[in-house]
Amino acid sequence: MKFLPLVWAGLKRKKLRSALTFLSIFIAFLLFAFLGALKQALGGGVSMAGLDRLIVRHKVSLIQTLPQSYKARIQGVAGVTAVCHQTWFGGIYQDPKNFFPNMPVEPEDFCAMFPEFVLSDAEKQAWLNTRTGAVIGRSTAKRFHWKIGDRIALRAPIWGEPIGQSQWEFDIVGIFDGAKKGTDTSQMFFRYDYFEEARQRDKGQVGWYTVRISDPDAASKIATAIDQEFANSPFETKTEAEGAFAQGFAQQIGDIGSIVMAVVGAVFFTILLVAGNTMVQSVRERSVELGVLKAIGFSNRLVLLLVLIESCCIATLGGFSGLGMAWLIIASGNPIPSLLPVFILPTQTLASGAVLALALGIIAGALPAWQAMRLRIAEALRRGA
Amino acid sequence: MNASSQPLVSIHNVTRTFTRGAENVHVLTGLELAVADGEFLALMGPSGSGKSTLLNLIGGLDRPTAGSLAIGGDRVDQLSDRQLAAWRARHIGFVFQFYNLLPALNAERNVELPLLLTGLNKAERRRHVAAAFEAVGLTHRAKHFPRTLSGGEQQRVGIARAIVTDPTLLLCDEPTGDLDRKSGDEILTLLQSLNRDHGKTIIMVTHDPHASARASRTVYLDKGQLSNTPTA
Repeated sequence: MKFLPLVWAGLKRKKLRSALTFLSIFIAFLLFAFLGALKQALGGGVSMAGLDRLIVRHKVSLIQTLPQSYKARIQGVAGVTAVCHQTWFGGIYQDPKNFFPNMPVEPEDFCAMFPEFVLSDAEKQAWLNTRTGAVIGRSTAKRFHWKIGDRIALRAPIWGEPIGQSQWEFDIVGIFDGAKKGTDTSQMFFRYDYFEEARQRDKGQVGWYTVRISDPDAASKIATAIDQEFANSPFETKTEAEGAFAQGFAQQIGDIGSIVMAVVGAVFFTILLVAGNTMVQSVRERSVELGVLKAIGFSNRLVLLLVLIESCCIATLGGFSGLGMAWLIIASGNPIPSLLPVFILPTQTLASGAVLALALGIIAGALPAWQAMRLRIAEALRRGA
Repeated sequence: MNASSQPLVSIHNVTRTFTRGAENVHVLTGLELAVADGEFLALMGPSGSGKSTLLNLIGGLDRPTAGSLAIGGDRVDQLSDRQLAAWRARHIGFVFQFYNLLPALNAERNVELPLLLTGLNKAERRRHVAAAFEAVGLTHRAKHFPRTLSGGEQQRVGIARAIVTDPTLLLCDEPTGDLDRKSGDEILTLLQSLNRDHGKTIIMVTHDPHASARASRTVYLDKGQLSNTPTA
């Protein structure tokens, strides 16, 4: 602690240079945190996926539907304990930019299958009692200022107008929260029976099935059994783990993880050069001062440590400030809820950012610290003369 | 630190040779010197005669190529780098021609630097710093940064930094070389006072006969050899 004023003095020596270095590190870590949040947003479904859940979809593609009658046959496969189906509705509220996912489901099966969507018993009951009832995630409710009891109308370009009506109307009977941080609360679910009765085409068809299995270790075997059940039928299936399904969905726009790693890698390599250059210059300019410190008794090791601490100080100050600013901005709200339903800064990103900041300080300071340690006192003092 | 009969600084048959390319440059050859405890020694000589090299050897900033160098009974030439750093912190106070204060620290913090290597707590360090400022007569400028001080004042801060740990030996490398006559005289008076009133042993390298006249003894270095009279 007693050496901190000395470290601080080193940073204050060239205020503009230190400020610019701080700023570049700050920006790098702000970007790092945002990319971390983006990666989480695009691949969040993978981490939130249940290990004991499989997805059964059409073998050709997700947009091909499956018969609703498959439900009973899937339930009959050994190892399957529960089945529920969902169908992509693609309803639009007023304007396409107000996008949020909405799907018809069977409430009882759905609530049993997805305990991560938390509804009160009263809300569940209201949903069962209301044919046009819909439950909405907290973030979408906040986004459109909807509350229980509101009636909303959606257009569905995929399905057209409902029979006897010009728009699909729903009564909001529940607002669900996520059981875990990172649960997607942007979605809306409504009753399949209402959808089935009112739609004009593809009756008896559903989008995909979610299957709960008794033993996650037997997932591969059960998936194969389900697909074999429907082999050579007009609606062959592809069954995979929910995590793999979510990953495949996210990778439709590219390998997010690799893109993020590439951007972060390039940014950090540049920042390493910037911070390293700053420290090298700083030590070179202070060779006389470092010589004086050694002359009055500072050991080589202590001088090495002082330079390393100085480097770590600027890296962690910039890094932690960047991460802190990103956290504040991300916590203040989702900038594009229609594209990124879950936009949070994962704790893991914060922790790895903190470690990265410290590593940056050590690596950037290593060479100048070593030079400072090796500095010959008499030679350094001669430079001053 | 040593018996009164023993010299504080004892240099025996010291040689210092530098290698420049293929050539060996013998800066000091078979040098002998003894400096008594409490002495104020001026070391004179032409440029390039090896004065600063000798001072660096005595201060443990450099090592002799051959010979022995003992200060207060410690064989300085046999200490490791780490031991030497600790030894300098305990026994040597340096005063430089260009003051060599750290510009980003105020005078008080500059003077405190050598005390950071001791086990003293903050209050004790503050007391020692105040005493050093009082000794150099610069208490009222303690909070000032070097750039706001005159050359003479900066050198006083440099001297305060050199004496703050109460070292065995003060080594001054042309302490008045960058000062006008008046400020130089004040610094010499201060050094004399430290020697006379506080018993500090001082070795001062100088070009200036006026400065050397303040010392209790003057030795002359030329061509790597010491003598008690200036060479022609």
